[in-house]
Amino acid sequence: MATSSSSTLTAREQSVRVRLMPFIDRYGVLLVVVGMVLIGYALEPKVFLSFLNISNIMNQIAFNALLALGVFVVIITAGIDLSVGSILVLSMMSMALMAHPEKIPAWVPDNVRMALSSVLPAPWYVLIFVPPIIGVLCGMINGWGLTKLRLPHPFIMTLGTLNIFRGVSNLISGGVPISDLPDQVRWAGYEKIAITPDIDIPASMLVLIVTFGLMSLFLNHTRIGRHIYAIGGNPQAAKVSGINVDRTLVVVYALCGLLAGMAGLLLAGRTNSGFPNAGLGQELDAISAVIIGGASFFGGRGNVLGVFAGALVIGIMRNLLNLRDVPVFWQQILIGVIIILVVYFDVLRRKAGSGRES
Amino acid sequence: MNQTSSTSIAALEARGISKYFGAVTALEDVNLHVMPGEVLGVVGDNGAGKSTLMKVLSGLHSASKGQLFVGGQEVHFSGPRAARDRGIEMVYQDLALAGNLRIDENIFLGREQLRGGIFINHNANMRKAQEHLDKLKIHVKSVSQRVEELSGGQRQAVAIARATAFDAKVVIMDEPTAALAIKEVRKVLDLIKDLKNHGVSVILISHRMDDIFYVCDRVMALFRGRNFAEAPLTQTDRNEVIGWIMGNKNQTSETSESHDLN
Ligand SMILES: Nc1ncnc2c1ncn2[C@@H]1O[C@H](COP(=O)(O)OP(=O)(O)OP(=O)(O)O)[C@@H](O)[C@H]1O
Ligand SMILES: [Mg+2]
Repeated sequence: MATSSSSTLTAREQSVRVRLMPFIDRYGVLLVVVGMVLIGYALEPKVFLSFLNISNIMNQIAFNALLALGVFVVIITAGIDLSVGSILVLSMMSMALMAHPEKIPAWVPDNVRMALSSVLPAPWYVLIFVPPIIGVLCGMINGWGLTKLRLPHPFIMTLGTLNIFRGVSNLISGGVPISDLPDQVRWAGYEKIAITPDIDIPASMLVLIVTFGLMSLFLNHTRIGRHIYAIGGNPQAAKVSGINVDRTLVVVYALCGLLAGMAGLLLAGRTNSGFPNAGLGQELDAISAVIIGGASFFGGRGNVLGVFAGALVIGIMRNLLNLRDVPVFWQQILIGVIIILVVYFDVLRRKAGSGRES
Repeated sequence: MNQTSSTSIAALEARGISKYFGAVTALEDVNLHVMPGEVLGVVGDNGAGKSTLMKVLSGLHSASKGQLFVGGQEVHFSGPRAARDRGIEMVYQDLALAGNLRIDENIFLGREQLRGGIFINHNANMRKAQEHLDKLKIHVKSVSQRVEELSGGQRQAVAIARATAFDAKVVIMDEPTAALAIKEVRKVLDLIKDLKNHGVSVILISHRMDDIFYVCDRVMALFRGRNFAEAPLTQTDRNEVIGWIMGNKNQTSETSESHDLN
């Protein structure tokens, strides 16, 4: 009697688990976000959920979220892009330089300088396309390099370009900040959009929502998007199905570069400058957001919403710790702990889940 | 197309195929043909070159030497897509499925049906996948399951469904029964018979004599990367075929073996 009732309980438990699993699998990290919001509200009831603070968080996570989104696409293919922080700074500095030709460093030959200053400073409608274009070019270099040179892992290629792109960025700018950009260029990173007379949202939030929405559409509903997942799931399967794996990878890294360039545009807008330390070490925050968001280094897993939530987790935590005046060193330690815990829970969940290896 | 001419021309033929991997000779001067609606068994010891030959036929490897003909016409495959476009499909030894994708996505991988030229028509693909599985009498809970959730036999079935989803002329199967339970083996073999009845040619690689003698019309043996022997099934028996695999021909004592290969 006791045995049978306990066994039916387990059966029911199991069926609940079976039904809940796909949900937790997809949206588990959203629960973490909700948990953090509740904690934040409990600790700082007046400030935390104020409109100003929320829009502050959004503005702060914007450029990391864009970087993370790009890195996510790469991680779906079981790759990695370490160079996004450097792409960010190179795209930002290139734009700043084109707005301020007088800052072209001394080593540039005079005739080149003359030629450049005849077309520069570029108007805002040219400047605004510079970061995304530089980003795409950098990403294509990454993709081309790792497919054509057959380097053992994307880690190698992008570790190389992490150094190269930052080096180039310092070289062309002389390693000094360049301030003052046209307002139109700053719009996405700086401006606020009035929704009602009292409420305005940061333009960066709009950029985020649109970009994430488009990316979700791309990854789930286009051929190349599904092929990106297929490559992460089993590159051999992709290949024998007639998918051009190398070309798809170049697109993936170019896309990652594009998003890094857009992140550069946002950051330049927010700070009204290009500065040589921009994006330094930022690739790690981006990767953290992706992993917290439920993607796997083995590829083929995760979704756009998870990445957004991952970036939010980091952003909310930074915000909370700032509101509570916790020193920045503790923030670092806590982010590390969260990464390990989130992935550990994921491991536990997989074990408990189906008992089947994935 | 008139029936008589199409039945006298091989659906797929390979002439004088050699394949070298650097210093390794995997295949040397191999010939193979399969007629429309014929089931050809290919046997050979481990490392005899069976999989390599099939990868040449399916466009995954390009041959170092030799020619391929589809329906009597010479072809040069630049990759698996080119072969698939000519109706040559392959079920790989390791199945080559993406476990993270749904069943229908695996079946139509690389050939998804679009809506408006840009977006995948997931509904149409799922419906067509279900219809196709029904036609093959393959049962799964739902085509929206991820392949990693399936049993070995079901995965095999999905791989076969992918190979037959777009009226294939020749389906190559590399040890499709190796990892299966007896009941599932029977299903796969009956599927092959079904394909044959629909006029599809099948090349079946197997180490199991039961498989070979249940479905094949003809059997050929590779030995150390070369043609060794072949016969219609009615003119041979298990012991002889097993002998071929070991490199023995019982009629003649001279074995055409080639010790220069290795
Ligand atoms: N990509 C490769 N690079 C180098 N050598 C290879 C490669 N693929 C196959 N070979 C070699 O070619 C030979 C034939 O291999 P193949 O896989 O075709 O054998 P097989 O008949 O399919 O064997 P099995 O029954 O074990 O599947 C082997 O000696 C193998 O080591
Ligand atoms: Mg083999």
